[in-house]
Amino acid sequence: MNDRLRWRKFVSNFMLTMTGICAVVAVSVLFFILGYLVYHGGTSISWNFFTKLPAPVGEPGGGMANAIVGSAKLLLLAALIGVPIGFMGAIYLAEFSGSSIAFVVRYAADLLNGVPSIVIGIFAYSLAVLPFKHFSTIAGGLALGVMMIPITLRSTEEFLRAVPRALREGAMALGASKSRTIATVIVPAAYRGILTAILLAFARVAGETAPLLFTAFGSRFWSPGWNQPTASLPVMIFTYAIAPYEDWHRQAWAAGLVLLGLILVINILARAILARGIAVPRS
Amino acid sequence: MRMSVSRLNFFYGAKQALFDINLGIAASKVTALIGPSGCGKSTLLRTLNRMHETVRSSRLEGEILLDGQDILTQDVTQLRRRVGMVFQRPNPFPKSIFDNVAYGLRINGTKLPMAEAVEKSLRHAALWDEVKDQLHKSAYDLSGGQQQRLCIARALAVEPEVLLLDEPCSALDPISTAKIEELLVSLKDFCTITIVTHNMQQAARVSDFTAFLLTGQLIEFSPTPHLFTTPADPRTEAYITGRFG
Repeated sequence: MNDRLRWRKFVSNFMLTMTGICAVVAVSVLFFILGYLVYHGGTSISWNFFTKLPAPVGEPGGGMANAIVGSAKLLLLAALIGVPIGFMGAIYLAEFSGSSIAFVVRYAADLLNGVPSIVIGIFAYSLAVLPFKHFSTIAGGLALGVMMIPITLRSTEEFLRAVPRALREGAMALGASKSRTIATVIVPAAYRGILTAILLAFARVAGETAPLLFTAFGSRFWSPGWNQPTASLPVMIFTYAIAPYEDWHRQAWAAGLVLLGLILVINILARAILARGIAVPRS
Repeated sequence: MRMSVSRLNFFYGAKQALFDINLGIAASKVTALIGPSGCGKSTLLRTLNRMHETVRSSRLEGEILLDGQDILTQDVTQLRRRVGMVFQRPNPFPKSIFDNVAYGLRINGTKLPMAEAVEKSLRHAALWDEVKDQLHKSAYDLSGGQQQRLCIARALAVEPEVLLLDEPCSALDPISTAKIEELLVSLKDFCTITIVTHNMQQAARVSDFTAFLLTGQLIEFSPTPHLFTTPADPRTEAYITGRFG
């Protein structure tokens, strides 16, 4: 009996240590990446980095202002495409569709979610680049937007479904129509989860490089509008990192740091917004 | 008679839940529906404002009248504004106390001054004094009993002619229960009340008429003192004396 007890204690301690180590590893990867980025790219971050265009090879200084603005434009387009389609589709799935249609749409969304981003890029290329015979911001935004659809759709649907039936009945018993119930009770009750899901989708596509390579392409100058190729942070990182110049490498690290910082800021802002308002308590 | 139910049969899919129910609900009185679990009392209550329609495979035969008009052919949202409902568990919306009460008024596009209407409903629900300084706090900050009275206030705000209550005290402690029972009796002045309860003492305390249901059939329906003292049917007597249920 004593041996058995000792063995149990050993197993317990061993497993506790293992789970603890895994938790620490999971967290430290993030901090390792962050530290590495700061170490290599921190010195290249200056006011110029945010305000100047890339400098020609060999000339020191220069920045990535065009890539930062380009990424912002691409993400805006992506959100305009991905969020409404994903959100509205989720409402249809969660509230109106029969179970067989819902199954098919859900399955298709999961498949779309699993499609490699480069394939999405080819799709956007054939749809929005080939017919017009030039790369454009719109094509890049389309590729990223298509990627956002399934992520937004699936998680929004989950959060809508999680709204307690009692709340729906409460609204309907007051004479609210179904659409009224959805707009005034169900979506407000689920909005925190929905917003989190949208931001996760946003962060996910913010770093996508492959689909942009042959849609938004890249540029060393300001993009004058939406119909021209544009620089973006991920593509800039790619171009600079594989170039044979030492200070381009530093610039690439700095761009990585900025990209990560932007995603972090979006996350923190989102959490600040989520902290307000009234949440449905878990029962 | 405010409402009358005649020859009502109700089915969940192939399973029949109510058999040939005939029942009148008297205006400005409290009518209690009692019976053991699964007897169909909640189902019967939910047909009175057509909440049964939220269950996909359900089917209803028979006639239900509200003020002499068939409710089954009316617009369902209009009907539910006239026949309100309070549920078993408090289900306030994730909004402030004020917005919860104002909800029904807002979706009905009322022209009434909102603050006055909200105060009136909260007073009727005997909740005003407890919440008047925290109207803009979350409804979830209230206790369970207060939440249930808030749900009653929310239902009263649209001034329904009939208020249906589905075991409104089953999730509450005895003190909250007493408050709600007291409230129900005082509400008779404004509206007609139908309450489902598994608690016979509660039916005896608050109701004017009691209907006893068993396995989907209406066994006995009479004035409450009569049903509890001199039940006509031996099954009613067995139930109220606690021999089953």
